[in-house]
Amino acid sequence: MATEQQLANFREEVAGWLQANKPADPGFLLPQSFMEVGSEQQLDFLREWQYKLWSAGYLGMAWASEYGGQGAEPIFQSIANKEMARAGVPIAFNVIGLGWAGPLINDLGTPEEKSKYLKGILTGEDIWCQGFSEPDHGSDLGSAQCRAVRDGDEYVINGTKIWTTMGNYAKYMILLARTNPDAERKYDGLSFFLSPMQVPGIDPQPIRKLTGEYGFTQTYFNDARIPASCLMGEEGQGWLLAMKTLQYERGAEAGAAGGLSFIRIALEDMIESLQGIKRGGEPVLKDPVVRDELMQLVIEDKALSVGDKRSVISALTHDYRGSLPLSNKYRWTEHARRMRQAAVRLQGAHGSLYVKDEQAVGGGFWQRAYLQSFSATIGGGTSQVQANIIAEHVLGLPK
Amino acid sequence: MDFGATQIQVSEEQLMLQDAAAGLCAELSSIDRVRALLESAEGYDENVWQSLVDMGWTGLAIPEEQGGAGLSVGEFVTIFEAMGKYLLTTPLMSTVLAAELLRRSSESAAHAPLSAIAAGSKATVAFLESEDWMDASLGARVENGRLIGRKEHVADAAAADLILVPATENGALVIVVVEGSSIGSEARCAHDVIDATRRAQALNLDLTVTDSQIIRGEGLALALDETRLIGALLVAAESTGAAVSCLNTTVDYLKTRKQFGKLIGSYQALKHPAVDILCAIDSSKSLVYQAAAEMSNDRLSRDARVACHMAKSKASETILFAGDRAVQFHGGMGFTYECDAQLYLRRALWVQQAFGDPVAHRKQLASLLLDA
Repeated sequence: MATEQQLANFREEVAGWLQANKPADPGFLLPQSFMEVGSEQQLDFLREWQYKLWSAGYLGMAWASEYGGQGAEPIFQSIANKEMARAGVPIAFNVIGLGWAGPLINDLGTPEEKSKYLKGILTGEDIWCQGFSEPDHGSDLGSAQCRAVRDGDEYVINGTKIWTTMGNYAKYMILLARTNPDAERKYDGLSFFLSPMQVPGIDPQPIRKLTGEYGFTQTYFNDARIPASCLMGEEGQGWLLAMKTLQYERGAEAGAAGGLSFIRIALEDMIESLQGIKRGGEPVLKDPVVRDELMQLVIEDKALSVGDKRSVISALTHDYRGSLPLSNKYRWTEHARRMRQAAVRLQGAHGSLYVKDEQAVGGGFWQRAYLQSFSATIGGGTSQVQANIIAEHVLGLPK
Repeated sequence: MDFGATQIQVSEEQLMLQDAAAGLCAELSSIDRVRALLESAEGYDENVWQSLVDMGWTGLAIPEEQGGAGLSVGEFVTIFEAMGKYLLTTPLMSTVLAAELLRRSSESAAHAPLSAIAAGSKATVAFLESEDWMDASLGARVENGRLIGRKEHVADAAAADLILVPATENGALVIVVVEGSSIGSEARCAHDVIDATRRAQALNLDLTVTDSQIIRGEGLALALDETRLIGALLVAAESTGAAVSCLNTTVDYLKTRKQFGKLIGSYQALKHPAVDILCAIDSSKSLVYQAAAEMSNDRLSRDARVACHMAKSKASETILFAGDRAVQFHGGMGFTYECDAQLYLRRALWVQQAFGDPVAHRKQLASLLLDA
């Protein structure tokens, strides 16, 4: 176990390194999250930054050294992540790899899979994407219809996946596909693949998002042939592995290689952004109605931060066991959405401007952030599905 | 911009108190006993009070020199949370706050009443002269050896052996320690409190007071202000406990009541608000425990004040949300006196106002965070 002193020294070291190595403003719009990488320019910039982070030893710290990590205690990565957020550095963009596919392979993969995939995730050389959602099966993942049919040493894939983050840049995909359409339980017919993307018959088409930016693709599979060795686990284990992946996705940072998936968009900064805004000739921050709304947001912000700490103190979670971790995504993402919406609403006439307008507050940062916030209240299971899960698992309400 | 600390911690002692409180409240306060006390004049059970005294709970925050345990109120907020959960109402909160005011006055004149409270005397503070919790001005005054003035919403005034009356004397704030027995029935008017588990009176005071009853000192205004904030925290803790049993009552009904051939708890129109109540309870709990961690027996820090405002604001809204939806979700049953939902909704309405409503607390919070 690292001592308090070692942790404090490490914190200081990371902070110092970030200070010295934080990239200058590149002069073009950088993504606020990993779901907004929409140009080669952004991609090259972020790839270089992630490689630099990894070279300095601040990514994959808890992974084994033979796979590009350092075998350090996870607390070190968690400290590094916090310092990155604090320093306001760009995101570590290869998030599907660093946060979901990587931890899955690290925890459940074979030695061959670990050697083949983990290091490239850390260096940023191998970009990963995720093929779970389908156009007709968003939150209802268990009904996924994309087919994988075994043919000798290969699987033949047919179907469509949607919301594939960086699908047009990715080298690999974690793919959920149906190998047995006749399984008694629909979940048992699914299998999980670590699939290559640069294969004939796989066609990722960029989707333009409500922000006006790109970042996702709809990915078409047309008799695409992938090696049978891409199957992770056994046929029929797809649901199990997908659920495990979603745990990484919804959980805080369990097993993740670290880095930021989102730049920190804090309530403090939101209030700061309102400093110069007037209403009726007075600063908007002096308006009692506005102050009341801001305080409601501050209170929820604080409650969420404290809740993260309370969730690990069992004596203080006795009334509703498991509620805090299970509602974590639901509460944080809904809070972020409300906070960013307020940021736009309170800008006065400038609230109607967007990113290309020179008068837009902070370059339209909050407009973009608000529109972007729906990616989190919809992606990874919509808030409404989350509410069902919480109702059924914590309160025991019937399906 | 600094929203205050986010640390929470619990000591062994707190955990023991929490377990003891949960056990005792469950044993002493079944819902039938709560209901039996609603119509009684006293509103509480003297035997229950004696049990609390025997447990040493009346003296938890009283210094050891005066016979108490010398804890900080933060270390036993979970007692009030447990009492709220079982709707167990006694003069304990009033008494703890009276002791807190006395202790925070740091005056030697407070030692005798503190010893009396540690030994089992009930006490209360006459905080209010109007409906306005945010108004610290006082009409009550000490003049020519008499205490004259009107106090309203005095919690547990009928039960209290000691009533602490803030007043002015030659323009300076003093606290007058009045024995309950010295206030005749003609000077008392019982309020009809909407939360029928509670009792309060308005007092028309015109009494002879001696010098030994009067606590004077520079620090009294701050002590009184801090005691109000601590009152807000205790109400927040108590109402968070009540919100838990309120939600549980609602959820039990959603799991058993069928309409249109289905358990009504399967309908998302009922399910999703139930989850939002759960999340509000989780927020309230986090804020209450965090505020508890900021408490100390010294002057309250800025972060402690921030935390108390947050906890009271959130917890007040949570119990009202839970109580309001409990009535609605019980359908026709919810409209009856027999249904327990009304107990929680009435509690919620009392909670809104006690020690300041949510908007008032957010107004003070905004000053601390935005104007500093």
